[in-house]
Amino acid sequence: MKKTLIASVLLLISLLFVFAQTNEITEVPGDTIGLVENSFAYNGMENITVSDCENDDGTALVINWEKKQENTEFNGTYSLYRVEVETGDEKLVKNLIINETEYTDFDLNRHNTYKYYITAVNKDGVLSTNALYSDEIKPKANWFKKDKSILFLMIFVYTGLIMYFVQAVRRGKTFFLRKIAGLDALDEAVGRATEMGKPILYVPGLSSMSDIATIASLNILGPVAKKVAEYESRIIVPNRDPIVMTVAKEVVKEAYTEAGRPDSYDDNDVFFLTDSQFGFAAAVNGIMVRERPATNLFLGMFWAESLILAETGNTTGAIQIAGTDAVTQLPFFITSCDYTIIGEELYAASAYLSGEPVLMGSIKAQDYLKAFIIACMVLFFLVFIIKGIIGLFSNIDIGIFNGIMNAVRFIFNT
Amino acid sequence: MFLRRQLPLMIASIMGITMIIQFFVPHPFSKSVYNTVLDWLMIVAAFTYLIAVQSTVQMHATKIQRKTQDWQFSIIVLGSLGITALIGIFGGAYAPTSLIMKIFPSIQPDADTPLMYFYLYLQAPMQATIFSLLAFYMASAAFRAFRARSFDATMLLITASIVTLGRVPIGQFIYGNMPEVVEWILNYPNMAAQRGILIGVQLGIIATSLKIILGIERRYLGGGQ
Repeated sequence: MKKTLIASVLLLISLLFVFAQTNEITEVPGDTIGLVENSFAYNGMENITVSDCENDDGTALVINWEKKQENTEFNGTYSLYRVEVETGDEKLVKNLIINETEYTDFDLNRHNTYKYYITAVNKDGVLSTNALYSDEIKPKANWFKKDKSILFLMIFVYTGLIMYFVQAVRRGKTFFLRKIAGLDALDEAVGRATEMGKPILYVPGLSSMSDIATIASLNILGPVAKKVAEYESRIIVPNRDPIVMTVAKEVVKEAYTEAGRPDSYDDNDVFFLTDSQFGFAAAVNGIMVRERPATNLFLGMFWAESLILAETGNTTGAIQIAGTDAVTQLPFFITSCDYTIIGEELYAASAYLSGEPVLMGSIKAQDYLKAFIIACMVLFFLVFIIKGIIGLFSNIDIGIFNGIMNAVRFIFNT
Repeated sequence: MFLRRQLPLMIASIMGITMIIQFFVPHPFSKSVYNTVLDWLMIVAAFTYLIAVQSTVQMHATKIQRKTQDWQFSIIVLGSLGITALIGIFGGAYAPTSLIMKIFPSIQPDADTPLMYFYLYLQAPMQATIFSLLAFYMASAAFRAFRARSFDATMLLITASIVTLGRVPIGQFIYGNMPEVVEWILNYPNMAAQRGILIGVQLGIIATSLKIILGIERRYLGGGQ
């Protein structure tokens, strides 16, 4: 009995040794654990190359590979692994999709060196021992976004145009600027308020100082405040943003000083209300109902509160002039206000009101660039129509138009 | 004069050019410059709220002092400002402070702070109330806009009627393809007009930015050129 027991224990131990040897568990690269004896030597990929990703901050590499002739017997998948050379760390980057031949690996460290390998994985999840390795490479940080070269060039062209027209004006050239009804009505609106002995309400939008529409609005506030100071009327400027309020205070104060009436300026007339969107709308509505301004000016960036403000102003009987570059709010202002300054007119207002020849030059540059873009669009459209429908000019390559249109699209998206 | 004019213009110009260059440089150094500028912006913005509080208190205190028309409202404003500030400081913004939990044992660490309670049950409903007014204002504005006094107004009336009908089930009941007609109106004539305005707007934005960077536009600093 004792002998049998000893023999059984020995047999068990020897079996354990056998199993320990034959089933030796080996850690294979990445997250997969497999049995070496079951591994197979197959890789259907070849020519793996790794290159630095262009126009990036040194955190990406592009891996390319080719697929060998199809092995119909192999029904597994392929996996791409990354090896960090300095530490030897390996990580499964991606399980590849059939016919995929490129992958961009992001979130790398540009101070480390990397290499990649692709290996086959059979249907049981076992890795092939035959891996395809790439060369070692270190990601590089670039100093210029080559894909934005056209935009860079257009900024130079536009700046050059502005400089040219500004110089032309300085040499004595005059330019015609069409009438903008909304801006012409500003004088009338201020005069009306003065005659009625009521204040003027000026809302410089609800956006921050980083919004160009707000800057454009503050550019208009200057001449308006100056006119108000000259007529010895009163202007109320409620603000949603503290920085805008600080600038608005300065603009109004300077305008009063310029008009020769610094003593008429009241610091409490340019004030902060609240940064809550509808709280601001409610407060401005309250001002309109209580103070009954004769003129309401809504110039700048507005969102959903535009109609709430404009309709309340309408019910108080005030003359209303609105201006915004928010396309979605324009219909509301057009419906409820007497005059509406649409889109780019807001940006031309500063030049229009001041009559400064130098600023007029910049408006002209703007017009010429716009004409160029419209001409490109019309030409593109015509060539596209002719090529597509009639079949004429079929040998013309419209790639250049595509390039220009892509640049324009990119500028507006940016 | 230098501090009021030249220095701000120089800062605007240098920062403008720096940020343009930064946009075209993908190097991490460029990113760190951008992040630093953003951090500065946030710090400056946080401090400007002190100016905002000062402005509010000064304006309403003056009203109360001078007993101007409706000065009683100013007491409510200042009272609400003080109470909200106290609740925020002693009660915590996102998590209750230990002080408030000691005073009110029922308030747990994961409970809404008194400030959040005020926000959720006072401010948010009030904001929603003002927003809901939009529906009534829209009706009155539509009534005024759709009066067919001229050819343009008649066109507007017809188009608006089609779009309105196409957006409700009865429109599809009257004519099966009504939603497609509406989509066409929105995607082509309407979008074409919007893009026309947008091209002008974007060029205006770029021109204004360049004018500020080049120092041609100075009115935002106050005063004339």
